[in-house]
Amino acid sequence: MTADPQRDRIRTDLIWQRLIAILEDQAQTLIRTAFSTTTRESGDLSAGLFDARGRMVAQAVTGTPGHVNAMALAVGHFLRRFPLDDLRPGDALASNDPWLCSGHLHDFTVVTPVFHQSRPVGLVANTVHVVDVGGLGFGPDGREVFEEGICIPVCKLATEGRVNPFVLDILRANVREPDQVVGDLHSSMVGNEAAARRVSGLLSEFGCADLEEVADAIITRTRQAVEGRIAALPDGDYRNEIRMDGYEGEVELRLVLSIRGSGMTLDFAGSSPASPRGINVVLNYTTAYAVFGVNCVLNPDIPCNHGSLSPISVLAPSGSVLNAQRPAAVSARHMIGHLLPDLVLGALAPVLPVPAEGAGLIWNPSLRGTTAAGCAFATVTFNAGGAGAHADRDGWNTTAFPSGVRTMPVEAVEATVPVLIRRKELRPDSGGAGRFRGGMGQTIELVGEGRGPLLINAMFDRLIHPARGRGGGGPGQAGGVRLASGSPIGSKGLQEVAPGDMVILDLPGGGGYGPPGERDRDAIEADLLGGYLTPDGARLQYGGGDD
Amino acid sequence: MSLRVAADIGGTFTDIAVEDGTRLWSVKVPTTHGAPERGVLEGVGKALAEAGRTLSDVSLVVHGTTLATNALIERKGARTALLTTEGFRDVLEMGNEGRFDQYDIRATKPVPLVPRHLRHTVRERLRHDGSVVEPLDERGVLEAAKRMRDAGVEAVAVAFLHAYADGGHEARARDLLRRELDIAPISVSHEVSPQMREYERISTTCANAYLQPVVSGYLLRLEQSLKAGGLGGPLLMILSSGSLTTVETASRFPIRLLESGPAGGAIFACDIARRLHLDRVLSFDVGGTTAKFCLVDGFGVRHSKSFEVARTYRFKKGSGLPVTVPVIDLVEIGAGGGSVARVDAIGRIAVGPDSAGSEPGPACYVRGGTQPTVTDCDLALGKLDAAAFAGGTMPLDARAAHHAIEGAVAGPTGLSVENAAFAVAETISEAMASAARVHAAEIGTDIEARTLIAFGGAAPLHAARFAEKLGIGTVIVPSGAGVGSAIGFLRAPVAYEIVRTIRTVLGGGGLDAVRTALLSIEEQARGIVAQASGQADVLAVHRSAHMRYVGQGHEIEVPFTEDPTQESFGASLRAVFEASYARVYGRTLEDSAVEATSWTVRVERPVPGSAPRAPHAATPHAATSCGSRRAYDGAAGSWEAWPEYERAALRPGALARGPAILTEAETTTVVPRGFDFRIGDEGYIWMTRTGDGA
Repeated sequence: MTADPQRDRIRTDLIWQRLIAILEDQAQTLIRTAFSTTTRESGDLSAGLFDARGRMVAQAVTGTPGHVNAMALAVGHFLRRFPLDDLRPGDALASNDPWLCSGHLHDFTVVTPVFHQSRPVGLVANTVHVVDVGGLGFGPDGREVFEEGICIPVCKLATEGRVNPFVLDILRANVREPDQVVGDLHSSMVGNEAAARRVSGLLSEFGCADLEEVADAIITRTRQAVEGRIAALPDGDYRNEIRMDGYEGEVELRLVLSIRGSGMTLDFAGSSPASPRGINVVLNYTTAYAVFGVNCVLNPDIPCNHGSLSPISVLAPSGSVLNAQRPAAVSARHMIGHLLPDLVLGALAPVLPVPAEGAGLIWNPSLRGTTAAGCAFATVTFNAGGAGAHADRDGWNTTAFPSGVRTMPVEAVEATVPVLIRRKELRPDSGGAGRFRGGMGQTIELVGEGRGPLLINAMFDRLIHPARGRGGGGPGQAGGVRLASGSPIGSKGLQEVAPGDMVILDLPGGGGYGPPGERDRDAIEADLLGGYLTPDGARLQYGGGDD
Repeated sequence: MSLRVAADIGGTFTDIAVEDGTRLWSVKVPTTHGAPERGVLEGVGKALAEAGRTLSDVSLVVHGTTLATNALIERKGARTALLTTEGFRDVLEMGNEGRFDQYDIRATKPVPLVPRHLRHTVRERLRHDGSVVEPLDERGVLEAAKRMRDAGVEAVAVAFLHAYADGGHEARARDLLRRELDIAPISVSHEVSPQMREYERISTTCANAYLQPVVSGYLLRLEQSLKAGGLGGPLLMILSSGSLTTVETASRFPIRLLESGPAGGAIFACDIARRLHLDRVLSFDVGGTTAKFCLVDGFGVRHSKSFEVARTYRFKKGSGLPVTVPVIDLVEIGAGGGSVARVDAIGRIAVGPDSAGSEPGPACYVRGGTQPTVTDCDLALGKLDAAAFAGGTMPLDARAAHHAIEGAVAGPTGLSVENAAFAVAETISEAMASAARVHAAEIGTDIEARTLIAFGGAAPLHAARFAEKLGIGTVIVPSGAGVGSAIGFLRAPVAYEIVRTIRTVLGGGGLDAVRTALLSIEEQARGIVAQASGQADVLAVHRSAHMRYVGQGHEIEVPFTEDPTQESFGASLRAVFEASYARVYGRTLEDSAVEATSWTVRVERPVPGSAPRAPHAATPHAATSCGSRRAYDGAAGSWEAWPEYERAALRPGALARGPAILTEAETTTVVPRGFDFRIGDEGYIWMTRTGDGA
């Protein structure tokens, strides 16, 4: 660095800006090359730069919360197994161990050393959701992680530029789409290499010997900003709890959020024990979504790095559903993970403006069957319920939160698999009543057009426990799952739908904010005109009134 | 000799360019928002007066306007109804069900152009291959028509699921609606945008309908006024794809008029590349609000099949309305002279994407703007001359700039005002360089070996630093840089392009459907181009496919020359795809099947070729400086006297070493230390990096 503190500061900011741009570029490339629908359509990935000590320095803007903070913890595990000084240019480390990475086998984390002037100065990492890992497939039916697919421990996927053929052979032998899985891992390695080269080029351009000085500046400034925000909140213990339907029985999530000075602790003591089925969450993933909830309202404008993560600690009792231990099944851990931000927001309600609860979990029916020509087909679609209302505005209709996913076009789905989606439309009356209305859920009707029955792997929740309103607002409508024929169908697990029968999914709405009696008459009229509210729904939710 | 006239209506100014083959006249007049044709007529009158000619001498008027874009941003279009497939009433409102900002849980989503009570559904249903699941319920169409009439709608969009595969139901519904409704404009999705993805196609069709009454009314008035003024030749419109078409086609598809200004700029750069025989170019067009980059290879631009308009949220991707029509593949980011500088939550200097525009404008304009902008920083660094700005017509207030920077940037960071201004300039250069790198990486091309062509009011000042960050060695600032888009209009080919979705796995059969479709869209495009150009026989046809490996979600555009009727067509397509894929991503996947998702046909009247350029012939001589200016060299951290040159006084062959500042009425060119400049034979400024800078 120079002797001039003013220009050092300008330089740090420029380097910071460039680092985020390099990582964002890497994330976009991964999206463009990915085979996995969840990665390419939904941005289910992350990319980050770590310093020699394993601290996350910068991260791509694109990325899903479940990967973001989990990856920050994963790199430490990788470095304990393979110390940075033992790595050579062209090496790449990889693993999908749920307890070390991001909570289920479908997520692979690939870590590549950054060399500058022949010295290892840091690491580039990314996490992608791959198409398949063998086993039962993506879903909550597993009883142990062993049933859920193959686990690759932290290993050297490449040594000095040569990919380890044995690792790839094992993978290929254990997954349903070997070319696509291996293709995505190759993309990860190539993307990391390119990003590592650009980081080295950046260090040269700005005349830095390594990352440490810049990393210190970035992390320190970020931490100070976050600690300042926490310190501005009144000390205290803030509690909240959420009940959800669960797989085989109700799951209760409890939180005590303690603020002491400039530190914050989230303690999930008292939450339900681990489930016998694959909806369990490992601590990495619990941490990821819990901290995301805090960041949404406390630090939405502060970039994510070690400095923004370190002031917040997360505790969950070992063996609970939020800190499941091996060999618990974990594949559908998002079902619980996606409720954690609402749990955190509710706890913060006394000290920060937060919305009502939303539908939370994405409804992603996984569909399988046989085409008319006799080939097996499989697909998954993402669909969002309503978001919670705010103190000053209605909640978003059919919008994914906290997940960062987007839905796929119906036309694209139908062009891929023999399924007809006959309805995908807002669900009237589903938004919770309130001074401001909760976001609307949606109704989806679909029918198989292949040979024989359609298999649906259900991962739906909030059928019994709807999204709660806030400040006197009403709850959003609960979800529903049914068949047009009236035959029974459940909300969890793999089930068969007879040929020609139609699956009807009613996605939950978001909670309302404030007493319904305070809703503006014109807003109710507008909802009636547009059919967001039916006349019956309006009477039920907002009272008979004068008409 | 007959004249050609270009009129480019922008948000603030209407630019007019007139040429007779050898000479060029240009004027800028204020845009008259209520009736934009008045500004055009006034400007054309002025420019023709300068040329000493009248409208009757004009053989062609080419026009581009932001009218359509503004109508979408300000929501000043027609009261529009939508007729769509039962079960899909809310596609327009539900969008992709995602959020465009991960952490902002209060972000505002775009409001649909058609409110829910004007969105009607009817029973009908196709499969993705065009086969009928359920026939059109004609009685249902008539009932919807009645409700539309009762609601007093002014335009109708008809967009059914999978209509890109077969437009039969839509066409029939249009006929029925037309019978029942007196209003003329009915937009059908299979004509406006026959591409798969219902949200994008319905959004595009609704936007087209929404714009039709406004745009066709305006174009009619303009055409009549020009004719009344004596214009004998045709009026042609420039499209987002950079092509020209008739007023009639533009009135039917006003959605294609979006982004005509940036398209004109890209064509301007293409034309310069062709005349200077520069095979690899990066065009760099910076105005008050945005910076546009476009890669020009082999004197041509790439095209894309979708973009986003009217972003509601700080230019964020996903916060606008998706539009799927052919468009020049360029990147536009919120970075320009008016971009606002601030300090963020953790003390970092951030610039843009919001802009002070021209009203209130930068603080130094003293029109009520108090936030520091890039222009304020350029002034504080001594790069702009307060007295000579805009040819001296608009003096700037350096104290106001200083004060704004002090309050919003220097104060909060503890930097001196000049260091703060330097940091702002570096930050925006960095942002622009990052955007350009990403764009190049997406296409799989490098950037270092290119020549930068810089135009637009704010580009020549930042171009050299921008080039340096990208490793580019040569920067050209052409003459007429201030009205580049309008000049570009005069260089645009008469052409039309249609994109059609047909999903085909190579080697899996189905190429016959592609062959039929390619012929049919070629015929449609030929008809439009033949009518606009008055020539039917000498048209060139370019074809391309968007392709990917089966299982991927993102395609790359693959141009092909192989005749689709040939037996070997499929195999040759795979080969050209793999070559393109390897260029972009560095490898191919031998075992994976390849599919094409959509097909593009572009019919155009060929443009002349390029001949190798002779070396500069003008005698090199030292440029004569007209004085010097105190400027801040941020890298060195010191104030220095930089020589100043009046561009108009420099003759071809004039050269000097940077640092230097070249001034003209419409823009200022900065030649930093480490660059030389020379005036080329054609009068352009050529800056060359010498590498011995700071």
